[in-house]
Amino acid sequence: MAKYVIVGASAAGISAVEAIREVDPVGTVTVISEELCPQYSRPMISDLVSGKADFKKMLCRDSQFWVKNNVEALTGQKAVSLNLKEKYVVLENGNCVSFEKLLIATGGKPFVPKIEGAEKNGVFTFTKLADAERLSAMLEKAQNAVVVGGGLIGVSVTEALVKRGLKVTLVELQDKILSLILDATASEIVADLMEIAGVTIVTGQSVQRILGKPEDESSVGGVVLTNGEEVQCDIVIIAIGVVPRTELVSGTDVKTNRGILVDRFMRTSAPDVYASGDVAEAYDFVYGENRLLPLWPLAQLEGKVAGYNMAGKKAEYPGGTVMSSLKYFGIPIISIGLVNPKNPHDYEILTCYDPTRRVYKKLVLKGNAIVGILLLNDIERAGIMFNLMKNRVNVKKFKQALLSDNFGLATLPPSLRKTLYLEV
Amino acid sequence: MKRIVAKEEFCIGCGLCEVYCTVQHSQSKDIIKAYNRENPRPISRVRREVNKPVSFAVQCKHCEDAPCVVACLSGAMKRDESTGLVLHDAEKCMGCWTCIMVCPYGAIKMDASSKVVSKCDFCFGLEMPACVANCPNGALVLMEVKP
Repeated sequence: MAKYVIVGASAAGISAVEAIREVDPVGTVTVISEELCPQYSRPMISDLVSGKADFKKMLCRDSQFWVKNNVEALTGQKAVSLNLKEKYVVLENGNCVSFEKLLIATGGKPFVPKIEGAEKNGVFTFTKLADAERLSAMLEKAQNAVVVGGGLIGVSVTEALVKRGLKVTLVELQDKILSLILDATASEIVADLMEIAGVTIVTGQSVQRILGKPEDESSVGGVVLTNGEEVQCDIVIIAIGVVPRTELVSGTDVKTNRGILVDRFMRTSAPDVYASGDVAEAYDFVYGENRLLPLWPLAQLEGKVAGYNMAGKKAEYPGGTVMSSLKYFGIPIISIGLVNPKNPHDYEILTCYDPTRRVYKKLVLKGNAIVGILLLNDIERAGIMFNLMKNRVNVKKFKQALLSDNFGLATLPPSLRKTLYLEV
Repeated sequence: MKRIVAKEEFCIGCGLCEVYCTVQHSQSKDIIKAYNRENPRPISRVRREVNKPVSFAVQCKHCEDAPCVVACLSGAMKRDESTGLVLHDAEKCMGCWTCIMVCPYGAIKMDASSKVVSKCDFCFGLEMPACVANCPNGALVLMEVKP
């Protein structure tokens, strides 16, 4: 009877449990999680703050998940070190949990740069339930917020705060928001919508200092931007990005770069030790190399692959790439792969833009294969394009139809349809 | 396991599959009321694709290894263990559009509210899905496929 131990019970950990149980119903599975009820959707924490979701809705597996899957769930416990030679995990309370196969799915943690005043009451990061609950509890008394970082997390929390009636200033170091997943045109469309909703966007700046309130130095009263300008606020949210939580493997044989390096089977460099999710650096099929891709759907896919392999069913990770879908400020967006290449002349770029409908579509091609997809408002055929991209299909013959309003499976040449899809 | 299979060679592109899908997912289940009175009118979960002379209907294939289930951010997209169907729980859906991004058939849509997604539910509970039952030329058929 195999003994599986999983450290971390968010997207990757949960998916691994399901995959292991699909293959091995009897082996013992132990999950170690710092959170008491970890099986909730982290991307939904902004909906908790806005009031759109309660915790019950956020549960992405039901409350009986551990029981149903016959898992020993050590919740509210932290793994602090590993002994790979004797194969056990040491918990903070001193207990040891021995394993035959280990999955490290410890995720990421918010990156917080050194900012003077960051210890003040009212400074938050925003990646987990506890952050959202603490933030929510402060909102009744707050009027102004500064969000540091105009990426996905920054934009999502900004929308939630706007919905709760706060005046938000979003501070982004780059010259545009969502710079990792949008191009200039798309970024401007989103920025316009955010400004219409009352958000002040400041680009090319960061926060150099967090100020206290005149009556209470320990509580946030404002920030000083790098240009010296002051912005008054009651709350500061630092949403610059996440870094892998690799502490557990430091000093072990597990090789790391920025994250834990894994092969296409989610194996680390140490025998019987696997890694998945935000902590891992797995294969990116656009770049053809391992990269950090801290994204929920990829964490679930990686966890599933790891689980299968741990339980003895060979499964190869097809690879991921940057892929995000956004729902914020009333504009649906899907962005996949290389949407904003550094050397645009090396690529063929197809675009169409209808400003009145705020429909913007862009495809980036290299050698007649799709390497980047960016869609605003008209997103429903994104998956068909993504399938062409994943399969590196030569789109030369139907290139022009890709961005047309009625693009679909019927647009594809019949022979291609038959190879890509079993039917239709 | 029974699945809906499109027969391209028989499809006349009439769009009745879309009409009857809309009606089946309406409150009234009445074609006139569904189209004239229900606001918003429910969307059709099947899509007629026309690129003359080719036409066919596309709906969720309830894939064996469904990318939408693996990708779902909220746990709303699930495989029903007893039927093997991929079912969507609108109550749990957060409207993040991740499933739309990964569906190779483009078979998942935003529902009429634009707040959650919607897709073929195989007319759960009906013996014959409405699109199949009302296809006038046998271009949508229910077939036994290997699980």
